[in-house]
Formats: sequence, structure tokens, C-alpha cells
Amino acid sequence: MKAHSGIIPDGDGSRRIIWISFGAFAMFFLLLSRLWYLQVVDTENLLDQSENNRLRFVPVAAPRGAILDRNGKVLVSNTPSFSVAVIPKDVKDREQLVSSLARLLKLDPKEIQDKWNKGQGRAKYYPLVVASNISRDQMEFLEENRLSLSGVNIEMKPVRAYPNGELASHLLGYLGEVSEEELGNERYKDYNAGDYTGKSGIEKSWENFLHGTDGGRQIEVDARGRFLRTVEETASTVGNSVMLTIDLDMQKVAEQAFGDKAGAAVAMDVNTGEVLAFASNPGFDPALFTGRLPADKWKEYLEDKRHPLENKALKGMYPPGSTFKIITAIAGIEEGLIDAHSSVDCPGYYKFGNATFKCWDKKGHGHVELRKALRESCDVYFYKLAERLGVNRIAAYAKKFGLGAPMGIGLDNEKGGVIPTEEWKKKRFGTKWFSGETLSVGIGQGYVLTTPVQLASMIATVANDGVIYQPHLVKRIVDLDGKPIKEFPPQQVGRAAIKPSTFKLIKEGLFAVVNEPHGTGGMARLSEVKVAGKTGSSQVVKMRDSKGEVPYQFRDHALFVAFAPLEKPEIAVAVIVEHGEHGGSAAAPIAGRLLRAYFEGKGVIKKPVPKQEPKDEKGGAPGSGTPTAPAAAPAADTDTE
Amino acid sequence: MFDRRLFTNFDWTLLALVLLITGFGVINIYSASSSYREIGTPYFLKQIYWTVAGIMLCLTVCSIDYHMLEDFAYWLYGAVLILLVLVLVIGKTSMGATRWIHLGFFTVQPSEPMKIVIIMTFARFFSRYPVFQGLTLKDLLYPLALLGAPALLIMKQPDLGTAILVSLIAGTMLLFVGVRWSALATLAAAAIPTIFLGWRFALHDYQKKRIYNFLNPDLDPQGSGYHIIQSKIAVGSGGTFGKGFMHGTQSQLRFLPEQHTDFAFSVFAEEWGFVGCLVMLTLYLFLIFWGLGIAKRCNDRFGSLMAVGVSAMLFWHIVINMGMVIGLFPVVGVPLPFFSYGGTSMVTSMVGVGILLNISMRRFMF
Repeated sequence: MKAHSGIIPDGDGSRRIIWISFGAFAMFFLLLSRLWYLQVVDTENLLDQSENNRLRFVPVAAPRGAILDRNGKVLVSNTPSFSVAVIPKDVKDREQLVSSLARLLKLDPKEIQDKWNKGQGRAKYYPLVVASNISRDQMEFLEENRLSLSGVNIEMKPVRAYPNGELASHLLGYLGEVSEEELGNERYKDYNAGDYTGKSGIEKSWENFLHGTDGGRQIEVDARGRFLRTVEETASTVGNSVMLTIDLDMQKVAEQAFGDKAGAAVAMDVNTGEVLAFASNPGFDPALFTGRLPADKWKEYLEDKRHPLENKALKGMYPPGSTFKIITAIAGIEEGLIDAHSSVDCPGYYKFGNATFKCWDKKGHGHVELRKALRESCDVYFYKLAERLGVNRIAAYAKKFGLGAPMGIGLDNEKGGVIPTEEWKKKRFGTKWFSGETLSVGIGQGYVLTTPVQLASMIATVANDGVIYQPHLVKRIVDLDGKPIKEFPPQQVGRAAIKPSTFKLIKEGLFAVVNEPHGTGGMARLSEVKVAGKTGSSQVVKMRDSKGEVPYQFRDHALFVAFAPLEKPEIAVAVIVEHGEHGGSAAAPIAGRLLRAYFEGKGVIKKPVPKQEPKDEKGGAPGSGTPTAPAAAPAADTDTE
Repeated sequence: MFDRRLFTNFDWTLLALVLLITGFGVINIYSASSSYREIGTPYFLKQIYWTVAGIMLCLTVCSIDYHMLEDFAYWLYGAVLILLVLVLVIGKTSMGATRWIHLGFFTVQPSEPMKIVIIMTFARFFSRYPVFQGLTLKDLLYPLALLGAPALLIMKQPDLGTAILVSLIAGTMLLFVGVRWSALATLAAAAIPTIFLGWRFALHDYQKKRIYNFLNPDLDPQGSGYHIIQSKIAVGSGGTFGKGFMHGTQSQLRFLPEQHTDFAFSVFAEEWGFVGCLVMLTLYLFLIFWGLGIAKRCNDRFGSLMAVGVSAMLFWHIVINMGMVIGLFPVVGVPLPFFSYGGTSMVTSMVGVGILLNISMRRFMF
């Protein structure tokens, strides 16, 4: 072989090869440095990222605990709910599947299509729920047609069941998906978007106990999100059950007693503070909120003048009206301004400066002493007393009974009401207190606002001779096996320092309200048990004396507070009927039925033969041996002009 | 014709080195493709077939005295250039690029042999070109024209990776021949407006996008930035000792793109870690040094130039591929020689090794 090329590499060539080698080495060193950085320096971060790529956490929601009444009867529990999911990648003909699903489920194909479109961005292997909460029949129907429905999955998860329907709906509350706002809150730090949480009532306020501990599965997925295997699994723990102080039977009676009227009733065990009934009428169907709330139902709720979604027992603030006269009277006695025999002459009005304050009874009450003032709810008596007391002293006594501040009953957003003072007005409106306003406060009007819970606690405190128990709704927390985890025993939270003799006088007056002729609360009377109480009706707007029918939303609220038995009180109730006009005719019968239910439950009163029911509803206490007829004329009270 | 000396002087070290790297490559392809659905012959087996075919080709190449190539260099250059023109005229388009032509019963991708042909052409040109104290700008005129024609044609296909590789190979050979500083400076000054104009007019949108993504992969982590991000995650998560053979989650669960071809090294880095990478880099560096050593020991200028060219070809493939895998360079479809799956790459690389062996074993023949 002969070489063609003539020129032999010179010294320069050799030298350049060394340079080139050096360059090559430098490049490789650069590669190696980069590898060192990625694999040694930054490896932890990148390893995390690779783990994030392949591992997914699939939460398994813990079944919620139940809510029980004081006797262990179920108020809220769980039931399996079936939903239909599709796995898009397994679907061959989408159009056809949508139409056959719509046909089998009797749904609008557009609705299914919409839900499908919403989940479009996700991995094709991920089940996409297109119809939730289908019935057992629908499910079985789908199962039968399974073969023609490839790519369709039926999923089961527990949802809330309400065996008593709308009963105690405000108290129990409803569930909903945790909102974005809530997710930002410390309280929901362990929640993920899409989780369900209590949105109101016990469900919300006792969420911590009810929720349980979610479990989950750590699964490995491939780049397309396909499930490969379960890496780790933690079981979920069922939430604990909340046993309420509520008595299911009394709760039923309370709600039924309202009929279609709006209002609230709270019944409380005087000696423990346990709330036996906590009704707000009308109720709503909490089950509607777990699934999708039909738009027409939602509209119906919102347009109803009786505001079915509002928890009136907890958040409703009403002027207490004449029920507040109890406070004014106590203040008067304690301050030494009146005694049982101090008297006032009621001509049917009271002239104060330029204004005339009317008594509810235009004819006037004539000679009025304390007992009669309470029994017949004479406004003039209390105008004069209030004038002498001044607003600040009245407020001081009201506060001794826990009015004007939330009671801490155990639900979120409890309202505190208003007990006005001169200082309060200065702060709130920046104006001076007018002494005329004191007269309104004396009969529970003007700025005074109270909640049904507060009124129940107030009358219970009177019954108790000043001992204040914490009103509470939850008796204990029990675990799955019924073992108590936490007890909420009665708790004395205060004592209204009032002389026993004062209470004795007041109680006599309240007994007279229900049991004596001309008493305004006769309709709450029971023949077997001595009931004491006080009626009230509070103005919504200043438009009395208008002739003819007053429009619903301008009618007065009717109130009634009561306790029984007189000598050894056990139960206290407060009833408010919104726009019910007269406490004696609208609220007192409801209180009466509640008290009757309580004593029937105790066996003190024999349950009536069903025949007697209708009569009972109309006429207060049938066959009562008391000398007086049930209040002939509905008793109304207040008036301020 | 067959000389006993050829057998005694056969460069067993080079062949062994190549087979060692190929062996690692096959093992890695086995792991990288284990998650694929089985269709026909598995990739690692096909890679073995290609390796066998490649070695036969390599031995064929080294059986012909390389000096004969000197005579054919320009003819081959002309032929491949015509094929490159034909590609643009009657080529087969796949995935937005026209790189193949049908020649009856088989298809060829002429840009690939151009890598070898440019080496031969430059070697032929400079072997008889007297150079005194480096090439001047005038001296560079012909060689740059020889490079420019195929490079532009390849760029037009568009195949930026190959165009860059061909240029880098030729450029390295020019540096070996020696270029005057003044000429280098002038070229560098000319390069800046060229790059600007190239960016503006010559680059395709997908090529620009790759460069953008390289500069900031987080712009579109699920889309075009995906390759870079996932590859970096794979490499880095391997750590010092790797996740173990067949245990790379990024590859086994297919978060990596093109994991048996262009991103094969990413799989290897994840499963064998920094230590494995160090071994591979050492082997490759050894291969390059060995090639340059052959160039240095060769007694004739043509052989020397050829050896430098082939070494440069292998070197730039390695650097660009690894640089891409570890996020140093933008994503360009350049395979890792002997390591990435693929017949084309295997054939080109083996022909290159054949040339090196050829030169190596004939260094004493005069």
C-alpha cells in the first residue's frame, strides 16, 4: 500500500491534539460537575419531586359520628350513597354512553354532559362522577345493564341520613363541601378541597368530634395517572357520636305545636341547664344540602317570609316585651322602691313630659299592686317603676340574669342581644339617653333585644332562686361502642344575688298570670301541675290602632316564658311566635303543650286519650278544676308612643 | 493482501472499550423499555442485533485500507450532497421534518452518513493543503463552503441537531489543522449577526421553543418544558448510588420521554447514580482520548485528520446528549453513541470506530 498523502503531521499537530484532549477533558469535567450538583448536592429536592410524581394520596373519608338525643335515639346517622362515575379512557362512544346513562337514570343528558366536561382536564384514568346520590333502584337497574356500559363505575360513600326528616334541622345543621375560605382557617388545616364538613348547627360546632380521622391510601401511579399499586394504607377512624340533651319527643311536640307559624321554643331543665327542646320553625330539609339542592327548593326557602333557614332560637333577637317586666319588678323590689303592696293607679295611660305612654288596656287597670301588675301585665305600673329605677339600674339586673351576652350554649354564632344603658347609647349612637326611653325599656321594648335561649335561661334562673346553670345542648360524647369519651355535667356558672323573698313575690305573680282570673297566661295552665309564667308581645313597628288586618310582617311578636312546678321547679320554657300578636293566645298554648309533654314523659300527667286532643288544642286545659275560665280575651300588652 | 501485521496490530483495546459501553447500553435499554408494552422483539434484543450488524460493518470498514478512502472522499461527498438535495425534493415527512428518502425497498437518512463524509472530505482537503502558521481567512473559504452546503441543507429539513453536529465535527478538525487567531476573531465577529439572523429567519418555531424551554423549563412544565424537568428529576433523584437496576421510578413509571433513545442516559443516571455516571463518563473520556491517541500516533496527515474527526464526532454526540439529559443544553435529538437505542446511530458510530481501528492497525505500514 502506498500512502497518498505527502505531508506528515508536524510538531504543531501533536501539540494541538494535546490541546484538544485538554478541551475534551474540560467538557467532561463540566458534565461531571453538573452531575455532581444534581445527584449529590440537589438530590434531596429532586428525589422529593420524583416521589411527588409517582405517589398520590387518596383520602378515605371517615364516616361521621351520629347525633343522638338524650335517650340515645338517633337524630342523624349515615347511610350509603351511590354515585355513578365514568373512567373516560375506558369509554368507547361517549355520546352513546351519555344518552344511555340519561335514559337509565332518568336524568337530563345535558347535566351528565356538563359534569363530564368539568372533569375534562384530569387524567383519563381517573373516575369522574357524573351522577351522585342515585337511588337503590337506579343502581340495580344500572347493574343489570352493566354489560352495555363499559367504563362506568358505581361508587359508594356514606352520607348523612335524617330519620326524622326536618326535625330539629337548625339545631342539627347540615353538611357541605369545605369552602375555600374555611380551608384558609386554622380550624380546617387537615381538610382538603372536596371534603365535607358541618356548615351549621351541631354538625358545625361539634365538627371536631363528629368528623373522625380520615384514612388514606398512598398509591403509586405512572406518568398517565394510572393506578399501579397501594404503597401504604391507613384506616379511617369513625367519628364520635354526640349525644344531645334534647329529648326527641319534646322536640317533636315543640315543632308540631307551631303548626305553620314561625317562631322558636326552648325548653330547659331548670336544675341542670340541659336544653330539652330547641325548636325553630319552620325547619328545612338538611338532606337537601348534602346532595345538590334543587334550585326551586332553594328559591322557596329564600322567598318564604318565615325564613326557614334561620335558626331563630339561637340567632333570633326579639324585644322581650312584657316578659322583661320580671326583671323590672325584681330590680324595683331589690332596690327598695316597691314592695308587694306598693300601688299605682292605672287610668290606661301615663303622661310623661309631652308624651303619653299607653297601657295595653285602654280602659286602665285601676288600683294596681305588684301581683296584679304581673298578672294583668299593667304597663303603667312598670312605666312608673322604670322611671324611678333609671335605665342603668334595670340593665344591671338584666345582666345578673345573663341577658345581653351570648350564653355559650355550644353552637357557633350565638347572638348576645342588647341590654341598653346610657353609656351603651352614647357609644352606639353618640346621643344622650332620653328618660322617656327608660319607660320603654321597663316593659321590654325600645332597644332591648333578647334571644329565646336567653329568655329560657332567665326564667330558669328565676325558678332556681338565682342559681344560673350553663345552658347546654350536648350531654356527652360517645365513641363507636357507646363508651363515653367526654361528659358535660351540669355547671353552675353564676348566681343572681337576689333575696329569696323577692323571688317568692315574683313567683306568686307569675303563678297568678297563668292561674288567676284576668291572668294573661291562662292558656298555659295545666290541671295537674302548677305552672308559672309571663306573657309578652313585642312591637315590630310602631303602627298600632291601624284599622283592619295588619300585614303579616308588621304584626307583633308573641312571647311566653314559664316554669313548672311552682314549688319545686323542674322545667323552664321560652316560646316566641313571630308575628303571633298576643303572647297569651299564640305563645302560651305552645308552652303549655311543651310542659304537658314533659310531665307526660315523667308520668306525672297521664297521656290523654287521643279523642281529647282537638279540644285540648283549642281550649288550654280541658277539665281543669281551676276556678277561672281560660283567658277569655286574648291578652295583649305593651304600647309606647 | 492480508497482512499478518494487521492482526497483531489490531486495536483490541478500542474494540473492547466500545463493546463494554455497548453492553452497558443494552442492559440499560432492557430496564428503560421494561415498562413498554411487549410488541415483537424487545428493544434490548434489537439493540444486540444492531450491535452485531454494526461490528460486522465496523470490521468491513477496517478491512479496506483507509488510504483508499482518500480517493473516494470527494465522490462520496458529492453523492451524499445530491441525496440531501433529493430529501428536500422527494423526501418522506414524519413528525414535521423531512429526513428520509425512499430508495426502492429501503429508506435512507442522508444527513447521518454526512457526519462521516464531512470527516473524510475535510481530511482529504487538508491532507494536501500546505498550512503555515495556521489557516487564514482566505484559506477557510473552500472548507467553509464544503461544510456550508450540507449544513444548510440539513438545517432546512429541519434537523438542527445534525446540522450542529456536522459543523462541530468540521470545526474541531479546523482547529486541529490550526486557524490563525485573526481569522478566528473575524469568524467570531461574523457569528454574532449570523446567529441573530438565524434566530430571526432560519429557526423553526419548535426549535425556538426548545431553546426557550431550556432557558426556563418552568414556563410550561406539562408541555414542552416537560422533557427537561423530568430528566433532571430522574438524574438528580438517583443520588450517589442510584435507585438500583430496574428500580428507577421516573423511568419505570414512564415519566421520562424517549427513555430508551435520546434520554437513555437519564434512566441510567437514575438507576446507577453518580457513581454509575462517573464510570460511564470515564469510559467515554477514555474512548475519546484513545481516538485522539490514534490521531497522534498516525504517521500520515489524512489518517490523523480522520482520527481527529471521528473522535470529534463521538465526543460531540456524547457532550450534546448528556448536556441535554442533565439540562445543560436545550433538547436536540442527538443520541448517545453505543448507548441510546437505535440502528442509525449504531451504524454511524460503528463505522466511525471502524475507521479508528483501520487507522490504528495500519500505523506501522509504510
